[in-house]
Amino acid sequence: MTTPIALLQAATPGSQPHVIPWLIFTLVKLIAVFTVYMVGVALLTLAERKISAWIQDRHGPNRVGKGWLQPAADGIKNFVKEETYPAAANLPLFVLAPALAFIPALITWAVIPFAAPWDSPWGLFEMVLAPLPVGFLFILAISSLGVYGIVIAGWSSNNKYALLGGLRSSAQMISYEIAMGMSTIPVLLLSGNVTLSRIVNQQAFETWNVLNLTIAFFIFLVAAFAETNRLPFDLPEAESELIAGYHSEYSAMKFSLFFIAEYANMVTASALMATLFFGGWDIPFTLWDNVAPHTGLKTLLTLGFFGAKVLFFVFLYMWIRWTLPRFRYDQLMSLGWKVLLPLALGYIVAISTTIVTLDALGFARGSVPFHLGLILLNLAAVVILFVLLDRGRVISPAYSRLAPGEVEKLREMSTPRRAAPFLPESGD
Amino acid sequence: MSIGVKVVERPIEQTSYVRATLTGMAHTLKHLFTPEKVTTQYPEQKESISKRWRGTHRMLTTEDGKAKCVGCGLCPTICPANCIKLVPGEDEKGNRYPLVFEIDEFRCIFCGYCQEVCPEEAIHVGRHYENAEYSREGFVYDLERLMAQTHPVCEMWDPADPKGE
Repeated sequence: MTTPIALLQAATPGSQPHVIPWLIFTLVKLIAVFTVYMVGVALLTLAERKISAWIQDRHGPNRVGKGWLQPAADGIKNFVKEETYPAAANLPLFVLAPALAFIPALITWAVIPFAAPWDSPWGLFEMVLAPLPVGFLFILAISSLGVYGIVIAGWSSNNKYALLGGLRSSAQMISYEIAMGMSTIPVLLLSGNVTLSRIVNQQAFETWNVLNLTIAFFIFLVAAFAETNRLPFDLPEAESELIAGYHSEYSAMKFSLFFIAEYANMVTASALMATLFFGGWDIPFTLWDNVAPHTGLKTLLTLGFFGAKVLFFVFLYMWIRWTLPRFRYDQLMSLGWKVLLPLALGYIVAISTTIVTLDALGFARGSVPFHLGLILLNLAAVVILFVLLDRGRVISPAYSRLAPGEVEKLREMSTPRRAAPFLPESGD
Repeated sequence: MSIGVKVVERPIEQTSYVRATLTGMAHTLKHLFTPEKVTTQYPEQKESISKRWRGTHRMLTTEDGKAKCVGCGLCPTICPANCIKLVPGEDEKGNRYPLVFEIDEFRCIFCGYCQEVCPEEAIHVGRHYENAEYSREGFVYDLERLMAQTHPVCEMWDPADPKGE
């Protein structure tokens, strides 16, 4: 047995499979996950268009094979279209950027456990591509690489709109990266481990983190929307002001790669939300799926539950996209730095204090009073945040920070323009 | 406050982003499951067009299959887009008829003056809009083609009946 495999297997309890079946099964997993992921991403473009259509009382694509072949038609079109290169573009970087945007989204998926382990005749197989002991840190490291593809695309295009899109995306993604990382600290406080399969198991045997750590989930959700450049945070694209933002100059398959990257990022972020806060592949209210014997049936069932959770979050992404308008740039920045980051930091303090207090009071981790205490804390935090504090302070008009007198003065200044002399007095 | 602009004074201390978002999401979810759609499935379903729709032209014919046109030259004269080409001819009985009658539908602005001015009610603009062609030449309609069209013709505006009832 070679050393890297031994290192990887150190995180895997239970009977160790032999090297040859382990290699074969890993290859099968790789191909299967990659295929399902790519086909799923293609179908998600169709889902996005269908959901947008239904929300707007339209039918959506229904011509190419009743609509089901629309992704295939789009793919063929993008392959045969002409690739155009701007004359003044930095060509090597211009070609590299789509791949740089696409690959990090793909790599992140490697460490996400997508089903219960399978105790096969050849040994226990983890249902994760690479059962890294540092899985969570790996995700934090890789997900911050995604910004490079977008920034380099914006810069190498030599186009002012693309450059603005790239600049916005770098500011936005770096700002929300911090809030995102901070929001996951409470998860680590509870699980005491950075291995994702341990985090899933801890939630399965105790309570899902969405109940324990509601505010952390909310911060993570908002930050994940910003990280994936989806509405209401799609400022790097911002069709109405920046044409298409960072990918204005891209055509054919390179343009398509940015789209695939966006959807792949969405799926990965959804999988992360499911794993960190919704118990991963855990089937709710039962424990039989988490304990030995790990049969193939359990693996399939948990795989189905994991898929359902991921698809729900993908749907949430689309649902919110077709509900909310885009943020203004200053709103985006002040939300990231002035609301989410202090909130995440304060929440870490509150949660760690509560955990220490509950530990000192003698409640065991995983016991009912321990989690009841956490849930009560979160209930209070939700009420304070969303009912008492969220009154025009979280997202506010541009003039909200001015004194009332200043606002009046500004109104006075714009009054002469508003008055139309040829219209009769309306009386007010 | 004039020109009909409605300015909503937002009470800042009462607005909540999260609660407003949830309201909006409930609204979009309701529409997501609404079975009624506003789309017209175009090639299969067609919206009815106005009786006064002015589309591609049609030349009406007499009972014996000849064009009603007498080559008076009024329509090329009134045509603001200069898209009608008319060469009049005369047979042995002295009846005038068009030797050449061509309309360039690309130049035409579909004002309908040719129909208004025609003393014989020969040339008409039609209630028709599906007129795509593969070449520019295909848009120059000659006399045979104008006579072969079968779509209904435009009912011009009648001052006695302004609403077309």
